[in-house]
Amino acid sequence: MVRNFPPDFIVRVDKEACINCLRCVRECPFGVHEYDKEKKKWKRHHEKCVACLRCAYMCPTQAISIEKHPMEYSPHPVWTNKVRKDIKTQAETGSVILTAMGNELPYLNYFDRLVLDACQVTNPSIDPLREPMELRTYIGRKPEKVDLEEDNGVDLKTKIAPNLKLETPIMFAHMSYGSISIEAQLSMARAAKEVGTYMGTGEGGMHVDLYPYADHIITQVASGRFAVHEEYLKRGAAIEIKIGQGAKPGIGGHLPGTKVTAEISQTRMIPEGSDAISPAPHHDIYSIEDLSRLIYALKEATRYKKPVFVKIAAVHNVAPIAVGIIRAGADAVVLDGFRGGTGAAPQVHRDHHGIPIEVAIASVDQRLREEGIRHWGSIIASGGIRSSADVAKAIALGADAVYIGTAALVALGCTVCKKCYTGKCPWGIATQVPELRKRLNPDEGARRAANLLKAWSHELKEILGALGLNSIESLRGNRDRLRGVGLSDVDLEVLGVKPAGR
Amino acid sequence: MAATLEKARVSKEGEFVVIDAKGMHYPELNVLIEDVINQGAKKLKLINVNGQRFIADGLRGDYYIEIHGVAGDDLGAFANGPTIVVYGNVQDGAGNTMNAGKIIVHGDGTDIIGHSMRGGKVFVRGHVGYRVGIHMKEYKDQVPVLVIGGTAGDFLGEYMAGGRIIILGLQRLETYPEIVGDWLATGIHGGAIYLRDEVDEDKLGYGAKFEELTEEDLAFLRREIEEFCSYFGGDVDEIMNAKFTKVVPLSHRPFAAMYSDSKEAGH
Amino acid sequence: MCGLGGIFNRDGKRIPGNDIITMARMMRDRYDGRGGGFAGYGIYPKYAEYYALHLFFRDEEAKEATEEFLKDRVAIIKDEEVPMRNVKEIPKENIVWRYFVEVPHKFKSKKEYLAQEEDYIIDTVFTINDEIDGAFVASSGKNMGVFKATGMPDDVGRMYKIEKYKAYCWITHGRFPTNTPGWWGGAHPFNLLDWSVVHNGEISSYGTNRRYLEAHGYKCRLLTDTEVVAYLFDLLVRKQGLSIRSAAIALTPPFWKHIDKMPEPKRSIYTALRMTYAPAMLNGPFAIIVANRDTMVGLNDRIKLRPLIAAKSGDFVYIASEEAAIREVQPELEKLWAPRAGNPVIARLYDDVREEVIH
Ligand code: SF4
Ligand code: SF4
Repeated sequence: MVRNFPPDFIVRVDKEACINCLRCVRECPFGVHEYDKEKKKWKRHHEKCVACLRCAYMCPTQAISIEKHPMEYSPHPVWTNKVRKDIKTQAETGSVILTAMGNELPYLNYFDRLVLDACQVTNPSIDPLREPMELRTYIGRKPEKVDLEEDNGVDLKTKIAPNLKLETPIMFAHMSYGSISIEAQLSMARAAKEVGTYMGTGEGGMHVDLYPYADHIITQVASGRFAVHEEYLKRGAAIEIKIGQGAKPGIGGHLPGTKVTAEISQTRMIPEGSDAISPAPHHDIYSIEDLSRLIYALKEATRYKKPVFVKIAAVHNVAPIAVGIIRAGADAVVLDGFRGGTGAAPQVHRDHHGIPIEVAIASVDQRLREEGIRHWGSIIASGGIRSSADVAKAIALGADAVYIGTAALVALGCTVCKKCYTGKCPWGIATQVPELRKRLNPDEGARRAANLLKAWSHELKEILGALGLNSIESLRGNRDRLRGVGLSDVDLEVLGVKPAGR
Repeated sequence: MAATLEKARVSKEGEFVVIDAKGMHYPELNVLIEDVINQGAKKLKLINVNGQRFIADGLRGDYYIEIHGVAGDDLGAFANGPTIVVYGNVQDGAGNTMNAGKIIVHGDGTDIIGHSMRGGKVFVRGHVGYRVGIHMKEYKDQVPVLVIGGTAGDFLGEYMAGGRIIILGLQRLETYPEIVGDWLATGIHGGAIYLRDEVDEDKLGYGAKFEELTEEDLAFLRREIEEFCSYFGGDVDEIMNAKFTKVVPLSHRPFAAMYSDSKEAGH
Repeated sequence: MCGLGGIFNRDGKRIPGNDIITMARMMRDRYDGRGGGFAGYGIYPKYAEYYALHLFFRDEEAKEATEEFLKDRVAIIKDEEVPMRNVKEIPKENIVWRYFVEVPHKFKSKKEYLAQEEDYIIDTVFTINDEIDGAFVASSGKNMGVFKATGMPDDVGRMYKIEKYKAYCWITHGRFPTNTPGWWGGAHPFNLLDWSVVHNGEISSYGTNRRYLEAHGYKCRLLTDTEVVAYLFDLLVRKQGLSIRSAAIALTPPFWKHIDKMPEPKRSIYTALRMTYAPAMLNGPFAIIVANRDTMVGLNDRIKLRPLIAAKSGDFVYIASEEAAIREVQPELEKLWAPRAGNPVIARLYDDVREEVIH
């Protein structure tokens, strides 16, 4: 049978410029470029190209360009090329389509329909360059009130639960060692430490190289419990229980044994070469009271010195679930929206489960307030945060801080080719292959990751300044400073935002 | 206002034309000042002033104006030449965008004194408030000078683009005994500030740095302090005999590196 | 832009309203006549133990509905029209009535009855403002009252015959509104129970503050940012028991840069207050005067974007937007100063006036 499946991309090589150095052959991890030395002939396997652009940027004569393949099926608005190709792939293989990174379907992006306010006359906008601008954010439980004994001198009666101190409300999301390289993790750890924020380990444990940054690292406890032991828990700054993830709500994870190298085996504390399976649920958590038990088991183990977060995918019922999590004793709830990235996920889950982070923030923040327990825990938003404007809007909707994953990887060189699950990341990020890992220099990576945080922080200050605020807490939950453009009445109601012009 | 009342308010006292400002609203007072100046008065004495705004606003020429009482907001704004002596305090914005002339205040001043001054001098015997000397600038041979006998609040010399500010700290506040508040000279890109005390480096705003004083600086300070003492008394040598801290800009474009586009990133 | 002023006698000596009117008039360049008002403390000594409710009614119907509602909730000891003169500058929009009320005894038998009683009054006030069309409670404290309308403050003062009342604490405000429409209820002072607030500037953190207060049962329905200040003081001081000084640390906290350098245990206290009350922090340019039965407080935003002057003369304390307003009523002052940004100036009955150093 004829496989009528047009390639996605076409590799064009300028024959005049090409000097036959074979650099592209070495650079492409997917085997697109092939050179027959005997016949002195090139063959290009266009169908394998993912447009990562690695070869194009490494070619010494800039002879290569990658283009969208001009050949397409006859246009059809419902039966798109993508739909037809997916069907053909599945007809061929009989399997679930695997992919990576975040949701690709064109759902409405609420961030792009929300606009921020600015000061004119009645309150001065504040110049963020010269006047103080505070981004410091504390993540964790706050008391309902502060009890002071103020008779002679002042005595603090209230004990403040442990909180994470963030100098900017942006953290690096959990991406495990195994799914990404130690070089990528190191880059983010150093940047987090430099800027005064945190990174997540993911569920792959903490590699020894990260120990010097442990006070800026949040450890994760996921359903596979890899690497989870008392020392690991005590070493990090906070602990995060991962229940679910926006890119694949309701399903677990799987690191194939082929990727479990000696170092990964050591870090995860599992035998070399064996599959590392994270079950869909935690098998000691089938209900909210079981979650509470795990939260307190972790708090006991760390003598109540570390805040414990719980991460869930933003799903339809996110508000009551989040309230339950906070009532169960979590110091923060992490909401991962359906645009959140991943190293590997079935496409059907990635694209069709969960809800957008914007509405999740709005409804969780509102529900916690209605129950009078907003101060019990912080809200950390993640999943599709692309810019400082997204951060500001997330905070105005009610988040305390955000996690960035994909954006951080893009800062490290990722081009979002969506092939992380192959373990052959052309930019040395989502890979354990030594030759590929060399492509990311952690010094350079740390510089770029820190720069991204600094640039966004600076922009956040500019945004606050334009709003006439000099501290981020006055933006938090301040939906009065947002307006919706082109949103329906119901959307506006859920977001708690007025339409532009009102 | 009736002409008779105006007459009743105006009298002569030697070479001074005296105006009693008691209970007057500022538009009436300032029209009256304009009238007596048009009639040839060179020296004016305003008594019972209490909060009237915009006195000597935009006034051009070497008039001498004495104010007894509290001068209201924007005293001498846009002034171009007059000498104004205030026996009392001044409110916000005295010397705002002044081009030439002098304001000599025997009391205290509040916020944004000397805002955007381009020339002339302001002397205040007591304390001043926040954002004093904000955006002072210089142009060709015009170099504005601000001399404060007491202390100054936060954001002194913010965005300063030229001119000189001198804070003597001869009197101190009980609630904040330091010579200057925080975020000192933040965004400064021209001019200099001299503070007669040690200053914690932590107070320096973005784009500001300390610099050693030169002989030239000391000579300049002596000149200005002599003038200060000629108005308010005090011993020049004693005042000079102290540690001064000088604050200057790091560069003339302090924020050049904060903005970029893809081309600058080498993309 | 607005202007505010306050006079406080530390010995509790009551003075007529003339001086506060003079102060208000001295700052007329700061207003546009779309709102002015006064609050006086100590004005109803005969009825000192009753809550004095000052009400605006749009018409008789609103008045009847309110009285119908009140009669089941409280015991009305006395009620009368607030005496007013006709002033050509201010069209009379409302019937202004005052009720001296007490809470029925069934509440008093319970423990902590005072707090409950006060919450009960708050609830009464919110219900009237919220649910009775055309009725608005301008003030609800004991031995005090708020007099306000759309107009220049000195005209408002004349209309209400302010000079005929005697108070140991007076505060005033003239408005130049930009963000909310001019209506009588929208003029300052804003009041809840004992707390009255006048405010110059804008609370840019309003959305955050409002949502925090709503989670604590307050209803912000006045279409203005100022009301949150009154409610925040009520919450932090009356309900949660902070001192005014500590409440000021919560509302205008020092910058982290400064907190980080404080010695222990000061640092922990400031950190705890700032962390806990992050949503209560007031941001934006403002100067406010807050008063209650025994205190008057002046407070500026953290970077002092609005003016505020304090002064003392014998047993009198003055706070105003401009020095001239103070000098006009008291030329001889022992002390006059501009408080540092974020430092509250607190004047208390039978106590001294102090600028509390928190910044
Ligand atoms: S997959 Fe990447 S490296 Fe390979 S040909 Fe395509 S663009 Fe070049
Ligand atoms: S991390 Fe690597 S493999 Fe994954 S999308 Fe980015 S470039 Fe591609």
